[in-house]
Amino acid sequence: MSHQPVAVVGIGQTHHKRLRADVSITGLVREAAQRALEDANMDWSDIDAVVLGKAPDLFEGVMKPEMFLADALGAVNKPMFRVHTAGSVGGSTGIVGSHLVGSGRHKRVLSIAFEKQSEGNAQFALGGGKGASIGAGGAFAPFIRAYIRRSGAPEDIGWQVAVKDRLNGAKNPYAHLKLADITIDKVKESPMMWDPLHFLESCPSSDGACAVIFTDEDGGKAASKPPAWVLATAMKSEPSTFAGRDPVSPAAAHDCSDEIYKAIGVTNPAEQIDCAELYVPFSWYEPMWLEAHDIAAPGDGWKMTANGDTALGGSFPINMSGGVLSSNPIGASGLLRFAEAALQVRGQAGEHQVGGAKLALAQAYGANAQFFAMWAVGSSLNPLG
Amino acid sequence: MARTENDIAIVGFAQGDMVRRSQKTETEMMLPVVAEAIASVGLTKSDIGFTVSGSCDYLSGQAFSFVSNVDAYGAWPPINESHVEMDGAWALYEAFVRLMQGDIDTALAAGVGKNSNSDASTLYTIEMDPYYLTPLGADPWSLAALQARALLDSGKATERDFAEVVSRNRANAKSNPKAQVSGDFDIDELLAADYIRNPLRRHDLPPTTDGCAAIILARGKKAYDLCERPAWITGIDHRIEAHLPTMRADITRSVSTALAAAGAGVKNGPIDVAEIYAPFSFQELIIREALELDASTEINPSGGALATNPVMVSGLIRMGEAANQIIKNGKRRTLAHATSGPCLQQNLVAVLEGDE
Repeated sequence: MSHQPVAVVGIGQTHHKRLRADVSITGLVREAAQRALEDANMDWSDIDAVVLGKAPDLFEGVMKPEMFLADALGAVNKPMFRVHTAGSVGGSTGIVGSHLVGSGRHKRVLSIAFEKQSEGNAQFALGGGKGASIGAGGAFAPFIRAYIRRSGAPEDIGWQVAVKDRLNGAKNPYAHLKLADITIDKVKESPMMWDPLHFLESCPSSDGACAVIFTDEDGGKAASKPPAWVLATAMKSEPSTFAGRDPVSPAAAHDCSDEIYKAIGVTNPAEQIDCAELYVPFSWYEPMWLEAHDIAAPGDGWKMTANGDTALGGSFPINMSGGVLSSNPIGASGLLRFAEAALQVRGQAGEHQVGGAKLALAQAYGANAQFFAMWAVGSSLNPLG
Repeated sequence: MARTENDIAIVGFAQGDMVRRSQKTETEMMLPVVAEAIASVGLTKSDIGFTVSGSCDYLSGQAFSFVSNVDAYGAWPPINESHVEMDGAWALYEAFVRLMQGDIDTALAAGVGKNSNSDASTLYTIEMDPYYLTPLGADPWSLAALQARALLDSGKATERDFAEVVSRNRANAKSNPKAQVSGDFDIDELLAADYIRNPLRRHDLPPTTDGCAAIILARGKKAYDLCERPAWITGIDHRIEAHLPTMRADITRSVSTALAAAGAGVKNGPIDVAEIYAPFSFQELIIREALELDASTEINPSGGALATNPVMVSGLIRMGEAANQIIKNGKRRTLAHATSGPCLQQNLVAVLEGDE
């Protein structure tokens, strides 16, 4: 049995904000789903199954919210599935949805991910709900310091990423942060949060949702707008902590991209892949993921950032949407990466479009930098020719 | 019927102790069960192509509770892995779909539930619609009682029928070494007990259980390598209904179970044994009606959820018990059912078959 081709034919997202007081959780997910349906030129009745992803239920204080959202998402009498794989969950939600089509079980599947962080206290929940949380930044700062020491990267790399992603975000109508006037000095002078991470090197806390509609080869070919083809998917996990693990450049991250590259015949990712959306909630994760996904050689990731390669007009643009640094509804953040990669190869990314993008990579990671979800999407089933 | 590389079977099943309160963490509960399931088919952890579990943060009482559960898999080198905030039966569904990708031929699906950490009557109020139902504080017992009352009013069942379900399941449970509650119960004595939520009596409710279970799936020829008589999953489907019970046309009927049963092909042949996940006694009657099983089908030889009810695991146990009826007892065709949500909101049905 082989995996059948899967096409992304609909993408929708909310306007992400710190507080979407104008909508309920229900209204938030419908806003994204409705936009995806319009994009796909479909109606609710066209959808065969719904996959919902979000990060811990403690964020909103609603246990298994997919149960009450079934009605609003048009899932009544249909299969409704709920994924939760920590920060990588948005990516996993896309992957599980794509597999439902790729396996031939369904013809049209809606994957939707959300977080309405204003409903609760994310720092509390990130600490396992036990209080006294050091926050995600506190958890990752030691890995970042180790990366800096290992690579000898200059201190301004993180500031550059923070500026670049926010300038990209300013071009994205849905982004939470639109900081068109951000500068290196502003980042550097913003309060120190978790050394070396300044306030402006950290992701915001957002309300938002993202929806993606998958269909089969016939559906993709018949779509009114160009589809994005899901070329490969991978999910890899490793333990949170043990002496044999390298949390700075995790084996699961390497394995995840290795599997993708092998599946689509990529031998030189920096040359063959046109752009990538990587989960960068704190600035320094851009060079770290460039290395952990073997796009740059060990110790060289920061040089791509310093050279401007990762900027929108660079040779390997990263986080054209503005990334997690510009919008972070946690459970949806992974699917937003996956969706942006698809928008790029569909040529639908508007002001943040990479010209002629044919092959794009998207990644999401979670927990203690131990869960990885990734996909590669193409403008055709064989974008490398 | 000859099996192909497209066919997927349950080949191994393990369940841990089912107890009112475990002093172990979820991870500690999972580790020996996962190891036992893998060893039961002669594999080691590195042979497993995909691992997925079902558990619930709110049951364990902390966010990201499943993260440390990765330790139970010995996930080094890194593994292909996922997690659902659903009963392990749906984890099995994800594993089933993952196997259909065709690149791997074994998978492990687990479920773990530490139900003793919380008070069900308060916890499950936040599983309800946060705007309309949670503020009412309606606990699952009250919602189930409303459904039971509707069933009585419909004339389709009596309180004696409820007690008959309890008596039969708990008598069956005597032969289940994992059963928490089992024994011979006289129906008239059961009916003499006080109500907890009218018309439900204490015995109509499931026990509170901490527990874990794991299932090994294999695809195609690999299934025969690992198991003499694999339990082939010839059909599996799941459906959800409107959340608010008042939005459903008739809560004495389980439309989602009937749809899932049709999707799973239940009627393509007789069912020898059905393992039904009915947390409340009367719900077994509703599910049986939706499945349209005839009198020849044996129901819940394990004792069902009235014997043990580790929420997030109970559905997966039904899959394992139904599979063992084929693998160990030589049955031909069995059924497993799982449910989730208030008043049977979401239901999964799987049909398992052994070779002729």
